[in-house]
Amino acid sequence: MSHLWRDVLPGFWSAWIIVITLGTIAISAWLLFANRKTDKPADADGHVETTDHTADEIEEYDNPLPRWWFQLYVGTVIFALGYLLLYPGLGNYAGLLGWTQEGQWETEVAHAEARYAPIFERYQQVPIPELARDAEAMDVAERLFLNNCAICHGANARGGDGFPDLTDDAWLYGGAPDTIVATLTDGRNGRMPAWQQLGEDSIENLTQHVLSLSGQPHDAGRAEQGATMFASVCSACHSPDGTGNQALGAPNLTDDAWLYRRPDQPLAATLRQTLRHGRSGHMPAQADYIGEDKVHLVAAYVYALGRRD
Amino acid sequence: MSRALEHPRYNYKVVRQFAIMTVIWGIVGMTLGVTIAAQLVWPELNLGLPWTSFGRLRPLHTNVVIFAFGGSALFATSYYVVQRTCQARLCSDRLAAFTFWGWQAVIVSALITLPLGYTEVKEYAELEWPIDILLAVVWIVYASVFLGTIKRRQTSHIYVANWFYAAFILTVAVLHIVNSAALPVSAMSSVSMYAGAVDAMTQWWYGHNAVGFFLTAGFLGMMYYFVPKQAERPVYSYRLSIVHFWALIMVYMWAGPHHLHYTALPNWAQSLGMVMSIILLAPSWGGMINGMMTLSGAWHKLRTDPTLRFLVVALSFYGMSTFEGPMMAVKTVNALSHYTDWTIGHVHAGALGWVAMITIGSLYHLIPRVYGRTEMHSVALIAVHFWLATVGTVLYIAAMWVNGILQGLMWRAVNPDGTLMYSFIESVEASGAGYVVRTIGGLCWVVGMLVMAANVFMTVRQPQSLQRAPVQATA
Repeated sequence: MSHLWRDVLPGFWSAWIIVITLGTIAISAWLLFANRKTDKPADADGHVETTDHTADEIEEYDNPLPRWWFQLYVGTVIFALGYLLLYPGLGNYAGLLGWTQEGQWETEVAHAEARYAPIFERYQQVPIPELARDAEAMDVAERLFLNNCAICHGANARGGDGFPDLTDDAWLYGGAPDTIVATLTDGRNGRMPAWQQLGEDSIENLTQHVLSLSGQPHDAGRAEQGATMFASVCSACHSPDGTGNQALGAPNLTDDAWLYRRPDQPLAATLRQTLRHGRSGHMPAQADYIGEDKVHLVAAYVYALGRRD
Repeated sequence: MSRALEHPRYNYKVVRQFAIMTVIWGIVGMTLGVTIAAQLVWPELNLGLPWTSFGRLRPLHTNVVIFAFGGSALFATSYYVVQRTCQARLCSDRLAAFTFWGWQAVIVSALITLPLGYTEVKEYAELEWPIDILLAVVWIVYASVFLGTIKRRQTSHIYVANWFYAAFILTVAVLHIVNSAALPVSAMSSVSMYAGAVDAMTQWWYGHNAVGFFLTAGFLGMMYYFVPKQAERPVYSYRLSIVHFWALIMVYMWAGPHHLHYTALPNWAQSLGMVMSIILLAPSWGGMINGMMTLSGAWHKLRTDPTLRFLVVALSFYGMSTFEGPMMAVKTVNALSHYTDWTIGHVHAGALGWVAMITIGSLYHLIPRVYGRTEMHSVALIAVHFWLATVGTVLYIAAMWVNGILQGLMWRAVNPDGTLMYSFIESVEASGAGYVVRTIGGLCWVVGMLVMAANVFMTVRQPQSLQRAPVQATA
């Protein structure tokens, strides 16, 4: 792959860069050497009196360049030329060291792999329920969780509006070890269709019915009216008794776990919003980000979260 | 050689206007800065409104301090210096007046559109295309007034300060026009002419040269007039001026890619940005040496002259930040410092320590003279301002160094198992104390600017009878 990353310029532009780079360095060095010294003698104070011109009464000495400054300048030019010999800089010239940022990255990743892979390989051999009881492994897993998962699920894994709470025992797709691994590996796409076309009256009836399923305060009459519509429209995914279907990721509506629940509004308002406009949830696939071995470890962490207290 | 100068009647009106606006915009811009600094400590200060959120006030802060405060200072001093050193009145009073009102119009447009969320999303070039066009027109007129005045000079030589001002004016025109090139989509939105890594490179070619030419070359022009003038000493070395001027303007152009280390920018471009940044150290220090050595034989004046103190401390911060810059451009250092508060500290070492200090020192010299006074109303208040500014700058940059290095180290710290030791939010939490100290530093600056405003007000208002009276000896 790495050959694709090389910066290859057309020949003319490569030559152009080399010429103007070295030209600029050469001219600035010439400027320095050409103006280094003065022929004029110094006065009693050691200053070289100038330039016979004044500007608004400001005079100018014509002192030679301070020696240390001159040396500093020469030093930086030598450094620059040395660097451009060793590293890429002059057009397509790759530099004696053959360094590229992509190469540096690959080397660092390879080092990290060699150093850390055995740790995670060892964990990968341990079955998830057992791994979930290994305190040391869970410390490592927690750090992975904080840097990869907490941005959505929260540092305490309690989730938020639109992001599942991982600490309760409500599972959208199931909490078996293999299912958690599948969720992490390939991600999930959850989709609730929009039902605005049913009309506001039906939306309200369904809202009250869904509230009744988990024993929330509700309007019994409307909930009753909503039951028929629920059976014909919703039960296909959420099942006739409202307990959901983990094969589809359709939430159980009879418990008190709510995937979408805005803290600043009543539950009924969020339900109406869900019914009217639908929902689209996306859990990104982690396999390519953190690798299978770490997926195994994080799965154990999530498994343990759901079985706390 | 006769020292008597023929001074024709100069156009001081436009100088006075720009000088006063420099003080006012300084207060506005720095107050905005303190506000957003405080928002990082107390996020509630966002007020929950889009117009007062950090994301909109931050570009407003940078635009006001760079273009309104710094820009007005450059206009004021360049118009003053070019007239006095060329012994020629500005070539057109009308065009000069146009630059004043045009520039204020650009700033007021920024004050309105940036909080409303209109932006081209390019750092230091956020203004939308109609304002960009106005800015370009004002700038081209500025160039014609400045260069036209040089052409009418009564002196044989063009004084070194004018080289720097001219380089700054010409280059900023090129930078602004090239980087802001965009396709208008509607009255207040547009799409950049460049795409992807080319857009990023163009932006940072602009961004770094905005630092190099707007905030360095222009203010070196200021330094070359006001330091020898206030110290009453000859400039240390004419040939050093020549070498560091040409080297500075030639090499600065290349340094932009150091803002894009370890990105999609090709390796060769990154390396060139780094080596040219290192070569830039000596040309940058050339200006510092020429200013500092000009004071040889006049160091005792620092005891009694707080204006000179402003100028000298500005040169010290200039030297410090132009050392820090090349160091941060080295890839290995940059890998630690990039994206941290260290960058913000570095910018403010330059912006507060160098740009604002040299401006303030110059204004304390210039304002009494363009108002026909011999001195500022109160030298003691200049000293108070000096200490507020110095302490404020030190608090600011020290806090950002600590925060920056802390963040850089926290982000790369790994556990024995290779996992990151800290989550991002932990590094934000750890930065809290630094943000408080930074806010205090910024407050010192705002208070200092208010002291300056009071002093300027009293100087300008002083009754005519007083101003003709002999100057009292100052303590």
